Amino acid sequence: MVTKVPSRPAAPRRLLRLLLATGVAATALSAVPQAAQASPAASAAPVAQATADAKSGGATLTVAVSQSIDSLSPFLAQKLTSTSIHRLAYEYLTNYDAKDARTIPGLATAWTPSADKLTWTYTIREDSKWSDGKPATAEDAAWTFNKMMTDPNAATANGSFTANFKKVTATDPRTLVIELKKPQATMTALDVPIVPKHVWEKVGDFSKFNNDQQFPIVGNGPFVITDFKVDQYIKLKPNKTFWRGAPKFDELVFKYYKDGDAAVAALQKGEVSFVPNLTPAQAAALKSQKNIKVNDAPGRRFFAIATNPGARSQDGRTFGNGHKALLDPAVRKALFLAVDRTTIVDKVFQGHAVEGEGYIPPRFGSYFWKPEAAQKRAYDPAAAAKVLDAAGYRKNAEGKRVGKDGKALDFRILCHATDPNDKAIGKYLQEWWGKLGIGLKVECLDSVSDPWVKGDYDLAFDGWSVNPDPDYVLSIHTCGTLPATPKDSGATDNFICDKEFDALYAQQAVEYDAAKRADLVKRMQSRLYDTGYMNIMAYPNALEAYRTDQIKSITTMPEAAGNLWGQDGYWSWWSAVPTASAASSDDSDDSSATGVILGVGAAAVVLVGVGVWAARRRRAGADDRE
Amino acid sequence: MTTASTPADVARAEQARATDGASRTGSSLGYLRHAAGKLGGALVSLLAVLVTSFFLFRIIPGDPVKAMTHGVPTTAEQLATLRRQFGLDLPLWQQFTDYCAKALSGDLGTSFQFRAPVGELIAEKLPATLLLTGVAVVIYSALGLWLGTRSAWRHGGLGDKLNTGIALTLWSVPSFWLGLLLIIVFSVGMGPIPGLFPTGGMESGTGETGFGYVLDVAHHLVLPVVTLVAVGYAQTLLVMRSSLLDEMGGDYLTTARAKGLRDDVVRRRHAVPNALLPTVTMIFINLGHVAAGSILVETVFSWPGLGGLFYQALSVPDLPLVQGLFVVFAGAMILMNLIADLLYPMLDPRVGR
Repeated sequence: MVTKVPSRPAAPRRLLRLLLATGVAATALSAVPQAAQASPAASAAPVAQATADAKSGGATLTVAVSQSIDSLSPFLAQKLTSTSIHRLAYEYLTNYDAKDARTIPGLATAWTPSADKLTWTYTIREDSKWSDGKPATAEDAAWTFNKMMTDPNAATANGSFTANFKKVTATDPRTLVIELKKPQATMTALDVPIVPKHVWEKVGDFSKFNNDQQFPIVGNGPFVITDFKVDQYIKLKPNKTFWRGAPKFDELVFKYYKDGDAAVAALQKGEVSFVPNLTPAQAAALKSQKNIKVNDAPGRRFFAIATNPGARSQDGRTFGNGHKALLDPAVRKALFLAVDRTTIVDKVFQGHAVEGEGYIPPRFGSYFWKPEAAQKRAYDPAAAAKVLDAAGYRKNAEGKRVGKDGKALDFRILCHATDPNDKAIGKYLQEWWGKLGIGLKVECLDSVSDPWVKGDYDLAFDGWSVNPDPDYVLSIHTCGTLPATPKDSGATDNFICDKEFDALYAQQAVEYDAAKRADLVKRMQSRLYDTGYMNIMAYPNALEAYRTDQIKSITTMPEAAGNLWGQDGYWSWWSAVPTASAASSDDSDDSSATGVILGVGAAAVVLVGVGVWAARRRRAGADDRE
Repeated sequence: MTTASTPADVARAEQARATDGASRTGSSLGYLRHAAGKLGGALVSLLAVLVTSFFLFRIIPGDPVKAMTHGVPTTAEQLATLRRQFGLDLPLWQQFTDYCAKALSGDLGTSFQFRAPVGELIAEKLPATLLLTGVAVVIYSALGLWLGTRSAWRHGGLGDKLNTGIALTLWSVPSFWLGLLLIIVFSVGMGPIPGLFPTGGMESGTGETGFGYVLDVAHHLVLPVVTLVAVGYAQTLLVMRSSLLDEMGGDYLTTARAKGLRDDVVRRRHAVPNALLPTVTMIFINLGHVAAGSILVETVFSWPGLGGLFYQALSVPDLPLVQGLFVVFAGAMILMNLIADLLYPMLDPRVGR
């Protein structure tokens, strides 16, 4: 009679039993990977090693990367990882010397401009072959450029290089002729991968072809892409017939580590040979480690504060909500006089940066510029206060600076939420400018591009990576890059439009004499400095580390004291020489691990087995009794 | 979207029992009606998700074209080409109708940054996420159920205190921090502990096939699963513990004991089944989350799953990809809720009668 109390029909009970059983089974299963791993791992290890030996017999250079490949098509790829890999797989017309980044031969051995500066003739080398054995000719180069000029989809990634091309022809297999609409100074810095015509002419829609279905990918660079698994790895093998000589490592693998600390752990373990983009803390931790070398190299970036100079479009309309006081040169001057760059380098970058002044980092020696003593804005808060007083921005009763219009100097600064440096410097700026009586709100966003494009900002943290040819980073401050109308977005960085700067830009763009062009580039930087729209605070160093027990030697760029990751060329990975032990790659330390795994796995299996057995017994007993 | 409808359903069921009495006739018809209603609700929810996902991600700021080309020399023509390729040059209503037409035929569009069909990208990464979080959810549900039952049954004891204490501590640990710790201790190796497991990824990429490949993946799976289980099992444990505690005051248990049943029979046959409903609901909600994975754990262990993809999609923002992932994540939740809804009447016949 009491049996009815919990009123539960039989069916659910069976189901519950099933559920519980599933739970037990799941627990058992969970142990299986470990267990299963264990037993065959012991026998699998020698097999794996044997196959590895049979496959390459050798040294693998593993590079930790974090950025996903957007596309393996050179016509679409924008991200640095992708373009760096294209540098390894395809030869460009010219290359940059590892020593000093000056232009040296690539696929082209020589080049000459015509007297009117409008026709360039390149001689294509005879000893470059595609990895499928066919010779690389002027015809391939002409086809690549023509495709970019006629199909906008093929110009998606590198269209800026061919925008000024009028006609490209291959007069014979060894001669490439490029005719221009107007002179262009970057003709020896055309960073465009040349692709094999016989492979690519079969491609239909260039906006959709990602070049990632068939391996190996036919190329003529030092390496051949042989395998790719999204967000897992990209593998490359040396191109044995590369005209400059084959790379020394037997395999180059770019392996994904999405977390920087995990990548550092992998370096410590020896799972990867090289890790780029370290934080100062990671670099400090790695410095004392055995078999690891930390490379603290001059960077190619500048880090700056940009002001909103009044966002405007080419049709003359203004837009955005930038603070009007920033249109006053005196205010900008005062702000920048109150920025202590030494403190930023010491405290924020912890010494891993160089104090900034000119626009182009010192790494690019021929274009590097410093202000003269008279025009220099050194750190001087007292002078900053004087400038503001003189310009009529007096402090009110609360100690805040107020403009002639009665509006307080309260600014906003756009900060990248993902960049700790932005936030740290924001704090310093608040302190320094606060003492002047200027308020600052640090607005950190995941994506700053939206307010930036709309001109809805007062100040912003800005930074660019500079190429050996400075044309592009200079061009983003010319009036021509302003958006056509307020609704469009142009190629401008922050709406700077200055006639004098533009005139100099136009001159350098047609100047083929290196020394004269360098002088013009320096004058442009001087003008940019004087207009005071930007304050270059620092050139952050490139911090990276590699294992000395895997890499015996490797070429940095610049060779004297340069970096390895993201070079303007293929020097680092092409030049890397494996150590003797790396070449005979052994997995000795795996055996002890295997033993432990075996033990743990076996124990897990036994435990689960006993558990299941006990549970069944008890259940059976209970059923009997009920 | 259908919300996790247990409490509501249970309440409704109670109500139904009160008014309806214990009529058992037509219960299979009742179940069918219940199922049809839930199925219809799920379909409507899915449709709503499809529509809202379009507008939801149009509100977030960011110009995909500018974000993608940042730092790359770009001309106005190139920007225009990109806008045209992405369909961003079309009026919003046209983008919306295109999206709807495509979505209804199963096409989620083409990713801006990867130039590949969104469906393909998701399908490529879904197995990795399902494997990782699926294994973890199954383990931590089982572990939580087991420990929760034990804790409640001997509540107040040392075992209970220790159990809940450890679970709560692990629950409050940030998963990425625990993951990193595990990497440093069990991957790199520390002191006498050898580096047993890989530091990241899903496979070694040595070209293993067949069983060797399975082992390789399992080897890579251990640490991320341990991380997820460690920070996840407390939830099941606590829900199971508290709902079992609620049952333990029940008269029927006293009755069962009076019948002379053994303590563990009372627990397993009488108390636990009644305490299971809320926990099962929670397990299904967790299963719904499985598709979304765990961005943090996937990041720390460089697991090639959907979590990382979602992060990359948001950072551009890669609108078709964000939308597609949102639809998939929401769809998984809807599906799991539906399954839970369909299962309840079997677990507890009072539901859906």
